[in-house]
Amino acid sequence: MLREDSALSDRVLSIDTSGVYYRDLNKMLREGVAKGAREFVLRGVTGQRYIGTGLVERVSIKIFGTPGNDLGAFMDGPSIEVFGNAQDGLGNTMNSGKIVVHGNAGDLLGMAMRGGKIFVKGDAGCRSAIHMKEYRDMRPTVVIGGTARDFFAEYMAGGEVVLLGLTLPPGVRHSCAFMGTGMHGGRIYIRGAIDPSKLGKGVIIQELSEPDWETVKARVAEFAAYFDMDAGAILSAPFVKLCPASTRPYGVLYAGRN
Amino acid sequence: MRNLDRITNPFNDDKVIANCGIFGVMNTAGGKMSGRDVIEAMANMHDRGNGLGGGFAAYGIYPEHPEEYALHVMFETQRAREETERALQEWFRIGAQEPIPTRNTRGIANAPILWRYFVEPLQEEAIPPTPDGAIALTPDDYVVDRVMVINTSIDGAFVFSSGKNMGVFKGVGHAEDIGTFFCLDEYQAYLWTGHSRFPTNTQAWWGGAHPFSILDWTVVHNGEISSYGTNRAFLEMYGYYCSMHTDTEVIAYATDLLVRKHGLPISVVAKVFAAPLWQDIDRMPSPDRETYTALRQVYGSLLMNGPFAVIIAHQGEMIGLRDRINLRPLVAGSKGDLLFLASEEAPIRLVCPDVERTWAVQGGEPVIGRLFEGIVEPGVDRSAVYEEPCIERFYGHKGQREVHSLSGMRAAM
Amino acid sequence: MRQCSFDVHAYDEEDDAIVSADDRCVGCQRCATYCPTGAITIRLSERDFRLNANWRPEHLMDIKRQAETGGVILTGMGNDKPYRIYWDHLLLNASQVTNPSIDPLREPMELRTFLGAKPDRLRFADGRLLTELAPQVRLEMPILFSAMSYGAITYNAQLALMQAAEECGTLCNTGEGGWPRDFRRFGKNVIVQCASGRFGVDFDYLNQAAVVEIKIGQGAKPGIGGHLPGEKVTPLVAETRMIPVGTDALSPAPQHDIYSIEDLSTLIYALKEATNYEKPVSVKIAAVHNAPAIASGIARAGADIIAIDGVRGGTGAAPKVIRDNVGIPIELALAAVDRRLRREGIRNRVSLVAAGGFRSSADVIKAIALGADAVYIGTAALVAMGCTLCQQCYTGKCAWGITSADPVLAKRLNPDIATRRLVNLVKAWSLEIKEMLGGMGINAIESVRGNRLHLRGVGLEEWELETLGVRGAG
Repeated sequence: MLREDSALSDRVLSIDTSGVYYRDLNKMLREGVAKGAREFVLRGVTGQRYIGTGLVERVSIKIFGTPGNDLGAFMDGPSIEVFGNAQDGLGNTMNSGKIVVHGNAGDLLGMAMRGGKIFVKGDAGCRSAIHMKEYRDMRPTVVIGGTARDFFAEYMAGGEVVLLGLTLPPGVRHSCAFMGTGMHGGRIYIRGAIDPSKLGKGVIIQELSEPDWETVKARVAEFAAYFDMDAGAILSAPFVKLCPASTRPYGVLYAGRN
Repeated sequence: MRNLDRITNPFNDDKVIANCGIFGVMNTAGGKMSGRDVIEAMANMHDRGNGLGGGFAAYGIYPEHPEEYALHVMFETQRAREETERALQEWFRIGAQEPIPTRNTRGIANAPILWRYFVEPLQEEAIPPTPDGAIALTPDDYVVDRVMVINTSIDGAFVFSSGKNMGVFKGVGHAEDIGTFFCLDEYQAYLWTGHSRFPTNTQAWWGGAHPFSILDWTVVHNGEISSYGTNRAFLEMYGYYCSMHTDTEVIAYATDLLVRKHGLPISVVAKVFAAPLWQDIDRMPSPDRETYTALRQVYGSLLMNGPFAVIIAHQGEMIGLRDRINLRPLVAGSKGDLLFLASEEAPIRLVCPDVERTWAVQGGEPVIGRLFEGIVEPGVDRSAVYEEPCIERFYGHKGQREVHSLSGMRAAM
Repeated sequence: MRQCSFDVHAYDEEDDAIVSADDRCVGCQRCATYCPTGAITIRLSERDFRLNANWRPEHLMDIKRQAETGGVILTGMGNDKPYRIYWDHLLLNASQVTNPSIDPLREPMELRTFLGAKPDRLRFADGRLLTELAPQVRLEMPILFSAMSYGAITYNAQLALMQAAEECGTLCNTGEGGWPRDFRRFGKNVIVQCASGRFGVDFDYLNQAAVVEIKIGQGAKPGIGGHLPGEKVTPLVAETRMIPVGTDALSPAPQHDIYSIEDLSTLIYALKEATNYEKPVSVKIAAVHNAPAIASGIARAGADIIAIDGVRGGTGAAPKVIRDNVGIPIELALAAVDRRLRREGIRNRVSLVAAGGFRSSADVIKAIALGADAVYIGTAALVAMGCTLCQQCYTGKCAWGITSADPVLAKRLNPDIATRRLVNLVKAWSLEIKEMLGGMGINAIESVRGNRLHLRGVGLEEWELETLGVRGAG
């Protein structure tokens, strides 16, 4: 299956993916892993779906181009770096691993993510970080350098999301509506102004505690390192924290016994 | 096609459900492009369709017939062609007629007989007074009426394109194969839209593919409109008979009603189809609040409720619109005079590797490209306008940013 | 007295007597069953509202409760309203004279069924089979245990279902609430669900199972999500769902990555990529108005199995207004879907599993004749374990240890006895199915699949017969 122009040397496999169907590409990745490759360099990526899905090894995948939907869906281990923009469904139901995007991300980033980390340099689309959860020592982390669109971090049940607002012009607030609706766990940290009327139901704004600051500092430091930015400058602006008002957002919805 | 239902809706569904991938590109300066890129873009989104329908619309392709209606007609039999041609001769002056060029293409089978006719209504036929003598039909109305007559009363004939200096090309197969079949790489247009279809049934009828068109309006559509029954019932009161049982047809007719007959600007039509939420309307300043309230009160039945992303095109304009809560994807891109719209970003970058910026279209905010005017609406979130003096960020891929005031937006774009 | 989990009985020391708070009784029969002297009889007692055919006591009681609480009324199990049950209007055929009936006690009688996509034809070269089939799972009888989550049912109840599935050679569905680690050993007899909450869905979960099922909806509550309340999220439930102890487990109404048919296709292939194309992917929908068109789309989206759950399908908890008013009967949906897929020539591409209130082996074989490959049984399995359909599952107070949240109550279900009872039920139904097949002169279940000629309708309207594709009797 591996094409002749795919070069495997020093455990690094370079693949020119132009014109390669996603099923063939992902099969090449699985076969590459089986043959001992630890690093993949994918060039000319244009819309191939599910890259990283079904891989459980801690391999690294560098993607040049525009990967398709569901990048890293159900992923459990690999580290992916995208030099370009990512489309919808990035890190869907991801379990562990890391995705770094040197660009923007589409809708549904990190949906139902349970572990691992996602760093996006630019903006994210609608329904980002929706229904993230945590479990024991698995704490998913999403850091978005820019802003996000509507339905941000809805139904959040665990993990942490840091929204840095670095792409917002001066004086412009984050405009995502329904932020954190139904949140019942996890932490949302936001740099830059938000409009309280756009918060979802059951969400309250708090000051950051000392442990919160430690978390934010660590995440921002990692973010800044990936994108060659100044962490200190990012941290010099104020942050707020969004928390669930209750771990039972819908506890009063129902009448008793019928 | 006397009994259109038998063909368009063999299982008597409430409507035909289909979802898809869509793509559009426009050179707002009027420069022409061959269909090669749009075919390549559709091939890139191959998995968004399932091979049961693909189609394209192209604008500016018949400069030698600028004032004649270009009728693209499919026939199941030679008899249907003869019968149709007799009727056309009776109604129209036929400037030219010829088979639509096609080439043998793998994956395309059972093509109908495909012809095109460049026609003008005969003067005396074109403007007959209505029985009460009050309203004269325009040539456009006459063409719509004759198209409906052919499509509903001549067995085995179907007009699938009827605008001036534009054409729809569609059929059963994967979009890229349909494009190759119709030799679209040999046409030159300043505006192309494409559609790959994922219907939930066997639509082995070429007329059932998208784009759906009426005159030079074409619609390519991804999604399912849950309000279809309400929309259809409303349109029926205005004389539109929805024969195709598709959401897309409803959008085309509703656009025709609101723009051509009611004279609404397309930017306002977008706010009818994807109306702002009441909670946002309630927070608008006057007079916007009253305007948007009235739009929902009067045209609430044309709210397209449910997931959709559409590219609507007509001569000189391409409009992209997503439903108001962003349930279906639509990405825009631009480079110089070029405006791109697509279900995914990858096909834009594939056909235009040096695209200057790409951005996700905000639900309910139309993207509008207009010939010789450029991108008159970028389709970005304008909700901040009510809170801040300067609105919306509109960034490029590499993070460069531009800020526009609301009034300055048109000029800046 | 201690048997009651709804606090009906109390001992009055002054009078030295047992008193009963009748209004708390849910009719679960636990006390009557376990009364050592057989002294308890439970009778239906409704408050004596003035008779009114429109405003029935149920409406009055619900309104009063909602006026008190402002809440949505919850209930458990399947729709209990008197909508027509078509199984009761369909009769089976038997051989007389012109072809012989077959004696299942003596002759071979095959119920083996394979679920998975079948190609339209096989290809051979030099007598050697070239076609590679999509993944198939084998069932020894066309009866599967329906999706019931751990958390909604107790650990012992799910254990019993898995043990019974293994012993019977069939499948048991985990539901969307994760899959306890201890139960992974039953993998080849397990269908795991990938639903809107994505609880417990990870690489191991997907790859240890025999089938992965995308749950779009269920018959008891089409179109809406679910909330497992925090108090039911015990340490083991939390571990299974992979969430923290004590937090609500919310299942959103839609899967947010599926807003259209091509999105469903995206998820189907994401799951196939995640399981290296080795598992059939099933898609479960509630039977709704456009079920045939939806099923056709699901088949084209790449699913291997379509499960359809009718309006009488059960649930651990659902708003009563939804359970009783949304969806359509499985009989009509199944017949319409099967016919539609056949007319489109894509019936081979998918297996059809019907669900929603199968009460007997006769219902099962009638469903197969209407086009199902197999059926899911949920309520019947619970009844086999002791359930009496008191509809209190959502309270967590199940007196039979089936859906109880209280660990003391949960111990009431002995998993080995429950397993035995489930195996007995499936075996008995299988035997009955064989008897009915034999009567029709058929000795393999596939010969009755979609074979409507072996059904006749009685007491049905013309349109109903037409939808079912069945002729009237006589």
